[in-house]
Amino acid sequence: MAKYIVKRLLLMIPTLLGVAVLIFFLMRVVPGDIVELRFAGESAFAQKENLDKERARLGLDRPLWEQFVTWMLGILRLDFGTSMWTGAPIIEEIKLRATLSFQLAVMATAIAVALAIPLGVVAALKQDTWVDYAVRIFSIAGLATPSFWLGIVFILGMLIIFKWLPPMVYTPFWVDPWQNMLQLVWPALAVGYRYSAVATRMTRSSMLEVLREDYIRTARAKGLWEKLILSRHALKNAMLPVLTVVALEFAFLMGGLVVTEQVFNLNGLGMLFVESVARRDYTLTQALVMLVAFVFIFVNFTVDLMYAWIDPRIRFR
Amino acid sequence: MTDRGGCRLDGPVRMLAIVLALAVSAVSARAQDKPRYGGELIFAVPSEMPSYDGHREGTFGMVHPLAPHYSTLLRVDPNDRTGTKVVSDVAESWVISPDGRVYTLKLRRSVKFHDGSEMTSRDVKASYDKIVFPPPNVGSQRKGQYTNVEAIEAPDAWTIVFRLKWPQASFLASLASPYNWIYSANILAKDVRWYEKNVMGTGPFVFVEHVKGSHWVGKKNPNYWDKGRPYLDGYRAIFMKDSAAQVAAVRAERAHIQFRGFSPAERDSLVGALGRKITVQESAWDCAAWVAINQDRKPFDDKRVRRAMTLALDRHQASQALSKIAVVKEVAGVQVPGTPYATPPDELEKLAGYGRDIKKSRAEARRLLREAGVPDGFAFTFTNRGVPMPYEPVGIWLIDQWRQIGLNATMVTIEASQHVTELRAGNFTVSSDAQCGYAVEPDLDLAKFQSKEISHNNYGRYTDQVLDELYQKQSRALDSEERKRYVREFERRLLDEQVHTFVTLQWHRIVPHNARVKGWTITPSHYLNQQLDTVWLTE
Amino acid sequence: MALRSTVVEAPDIAGRLSWFTQVREFCQQRPLGAIGAVVVIVNILVGIGANIIAPYDPLATDYGAMLAPPSAAHWLGTDAFGRDVLSRIIYGSWTAMLVGFACAFFGATIGAVIGVTSAYFAGRVDLLIQRIMDIFLAFPLIILALAVVSILGTGVSNVIMAITIPMIPRAALVARSSALAIREMPYVDAARAAGFRHRRIILRHMLPNVMAPYLIMLTAYLGQAILAEASLTFLGLGVSEPTPAWGLMLRGAAVQFAEAAPWMAIFPGLAISLAVFAFNLFGDSLRDALDPRLRAQ
Repeated sequence: MAKYIVKRLLLMIPTLLGVAVLIFFLMRVVPGDIVELRFAGESAFAQKENLDKERARLGLDRPLWEQFVTWMLGILRLDFGTSMWTGAPIIEEIKLRATLSFQLAVMATAIAVALAIPLGVVAALKQDTWVDYAVRIFSIAGLATPSFWLGIVFILGMLIIFKWLPPMVYTPFWVDPWQNMLQLVWPALAVGYRYSAVATRMTRSSMLEVLREDYIRTARAKGLWEKLILSRHALKNAMLPVLTVVALEFAFLMGGLVVTEQVFNLNGLGMLFVESVARRDYTLTQALVMLVAFVFIFVNFTVDLMYAWIDPRIRFR
Repeated sequence: MTDRGGCRLDGPVRMLAIVLALAVSAVSARAQDKPRYGGELIFAVPSEMPSYDGHREGTFGMVHPLAPHYSTLLRVDPNDRTGTKVVSDVAESWVISPDGRVYTLKLRRSVKFHDGSEMTSRDVKASYDKIVFPPPNVGSQRKGQYTNVEAIEAPDAWTIVFRLKWPQASFLASLASPYNWIYSANILAKDVRWYEKNVMGTGPFVFVEHVKGSHWVGKKNPNYWDKGRPYLDGYRAIFMKDSAAQVAAVRAERAHIQFRGFSPAERDSLVGALGRKITVQESAWDCAAWVAINQDRKPFDDKRVRRAMTLALDRHQASQALSKIAVVKEVAGVQVPGTPYATPPDELEKLAGYGRDIKKSRAEARRLLREAGVPDGFAFTFTNRGVPMPYEPVGIWLIDQWRQIGLNATMVTIEASQHVTELRAGNFTVSSDAQCGYAVEPDLDLAKFQSKEISHNNYGRYTDQVLDELYQKQSRALDSEERKRYVREFERRLLDEQVHTFVTLQWHRIVPHNARVKGWTITPSHYLNQQLDTVWLTE
Repeated sequence: MALRSTVVEAPDIAGRLSWFTQVREFCQQRPLGAIGAVVVIVNILVGIGANIIAPYDPLATDYGAMLAPPSAAHWLGTDAFGRDVLSRIIYGSWTAMLVGFACAFFGATIGAVIGVTSAYFAGRVDLLIQRIMDIFLAFPLIILALAVVSILGTGVSNVIMAITIPMIPRAALVARSSALAIREMPYVDAARAAGFRHRRIILRHMLPNVMAPYLIMLTAYLGQAILAEASLTFLGLGVSEPTPAWGLMLRGAAVQFAEAAPWMAIFPGLAISLAVFAFNLFGDSLRDALDPRLRAQ
């Protein structure tokens, strides 16, 4: 087992390196210049020497390989540099937004799981009845609606019907839990509902597999509840794919909720991402991509470990 | 009232009652106009500032939250709707020498920085040295505007002198620039870049906190030099990128105002929802939707083709139609309509594309295209900036208008950061462009259209010495009538004779705000009038 | 990473029953899926026949009838430029179907080929391909889309590329885990021993057996691609005006006039939801139908 863990850990490194190289060169290939944007913008007096001075200050005139190496060495020292747009340390820029995004991701995942598992189980138990159809329609509806459309309708509805708006400014949970929840529960519901669709489907098909086991089929005569009780042991195994899907989606929720954050006006990683890319703030974008990639790879790793622990055959592959 | 008692005293009592009533109503009316002290102003800001240094940055995302912390030498009168009248701020009076080359300003004596130190001419000189003659590692965004300044002197603690190389009509307006904040000389001497990350000025509000991505808070400066001001206890700026969120905030009365402006639809929805609780202030904006034409590419080097392109546009119809859905409205030349140097509408109609008979204009446009050998259905790309308002509606309209004379344009939208680079590099054929000034001043608004050797922002890539001469003439003309003549000639050459580029419509600034907000007057520039010392909230 | 792998019988799936009978059975047993399929077919037909069906030119502006509510002249009203909403939705169907099918087809197919190849060769090749797929999987969709759009510009073909690229690694993952199970089967070994070339074995023996998960992925991606296009366009990275596209119709003026002229936002939103809904219903039922065949013996 230990050997397996070490092997998987080592495999993380080339992936991270690959992501680093890709984002570094991708950003520089895309046309656009942060200095131009900041100083030319809508004003008429930007002079070339000013722009060159600024580029030199940001280190943009150094050869590419040198910029890359400097950045990599910085990462090894856990120094992510400063944002090219504000000059503030990147950790500072990311801290508050990451807290919000993380909380939103956790809440959305919790809601997704709370919706998916009971719904999926019920749909499986009552397969091909109207209950099954209703559950499937309900969950697919969540998947089909564009999230920004939902958000716009929600905010407008709140305003017109209740004349109320969620808090505009983020308060961390430990400062004021009520305000915090009041702001985040709505986007969490919207996002959670969408993500529950995939998990519901997974739960349903896993549950169906479990229900087909002989010892459960023979409990036919005893009724539904008996089936459920008998299958609870097998359920553990059946939940694995569901958890896999949920875990992967969680990784995706960090920094992936761009449109939701825009519509609900949340100060999260998604908005920061879009802004940093729009401004061609190389250092900030690179740091954000590395963060998101790391979360994803780490979650992947944990899931793999879980599988290996449960299914010994995989360890010896 | 009984008949007997009332009759006898009726006349005089009634007179007294009327007089009293009038007196009371007069007093209460003035009480309503009289500023009330207290309250926190909450406003939304669509973008956040990169750094805190006004000398270095240009975005309104910096001006709106930071301007209240600072003072400038002079400023544009906060009550002047044209945004052109210059009044004093920390310089209480000024004298201009007869030859127009020496400006002597006397400073107020009671101005203190927020840290308690006194402001003298030494601070003013240090600040302006940073703007006009910045040290090598310091960026000064508007340095190119002050090439005319020969020297800045501080002969005594309360006097500052500017010596110019040649007389410049707009120099006073330059001193009223909303960016030329007075910094502390002591701090600049220790660290010339301190102000990029810190705030310490002489303005009506003191800095409290800035939470990145979230909000900015300022509170009243008890030692402000203008006793009795500011009226507000403080203000809070909330950063909201999405315009729908900003509108929602104003609508739910969580924010009082958004200073940059809303679209016509947003204004209508706010008025529809809040009725009398909303005041709407509107003005022509110091921004216009221009079209840049790359004269390095055929057949756009032929001025007949460019002339045809401007003749095809029915500006008057667009003014009516587009103003319902976009923040554009006025038909304008090179200056904001309604300001001192703007060409009056009847004269404007003589220029190409401004006439009322669109059929005739389009017929001539087709004739010019035929003459120039451009086939019917000629295709080209129109590069548009990826900012929805108002670039998208104007772009759609332009493509539609050019279709009417047989030109087939395809719109390609490019992100904002890329757009500027492409324009500068000349990687476009025809593109949208915006000319925005932070103040209404021909020197600022016309600078970019000079020849490409002089202006780095000349996207048309043309050289026109006549135009350059006209620019210099208007810049140095001290007599306003003479200056007007030169500005009109410049406009005629740019838009009509040579058609190097042309303007479609002037942007239109719409600021609907909570009716409780008083004392703020809209001007054509969203960079002006942001110190908030005249603003107060009713109950 | 390991997904639950499924095993399929080697011989061909086109079984004894005729194609028509299979379809009829499908409709009877899975009415939801049938409804979904019908909606999809209608969408495709509408898209192809847009020229004939649409009452107006989707690009024709009419400044006299801006923001007009639904009426006899304009069944779904007009937008901020006086353009007919119904016509734009009909033409938009063409863009949506084009983007949806192209992305799903290329994404699922290329992904499947890569996944199967990776599983087949195993060893170092597998490891390498896995790393590369992991890198793209870990990459945020927005960045990739932005990069593609910035380098190549906006436009339908570039949007298709921007959406397809993130789909490929996900498809590869699914295909690989299906193929892994087959690789161990005796007939594959036999084929290798017989000296068949790699390409032949992959194409003729392994690919057909990942057909079921492939079809499921295809239908899932169809819906996702349409949503992705709408989201990208909403952010300004997708197709640009004045092309009629459902995502484009949902941004800008539609949001601003949401109260005064709700028809501008409602109908395109409904069109998107309906299309994605139908694709998902159909895909879901398809998976159910193919499920019995996927069971381990």
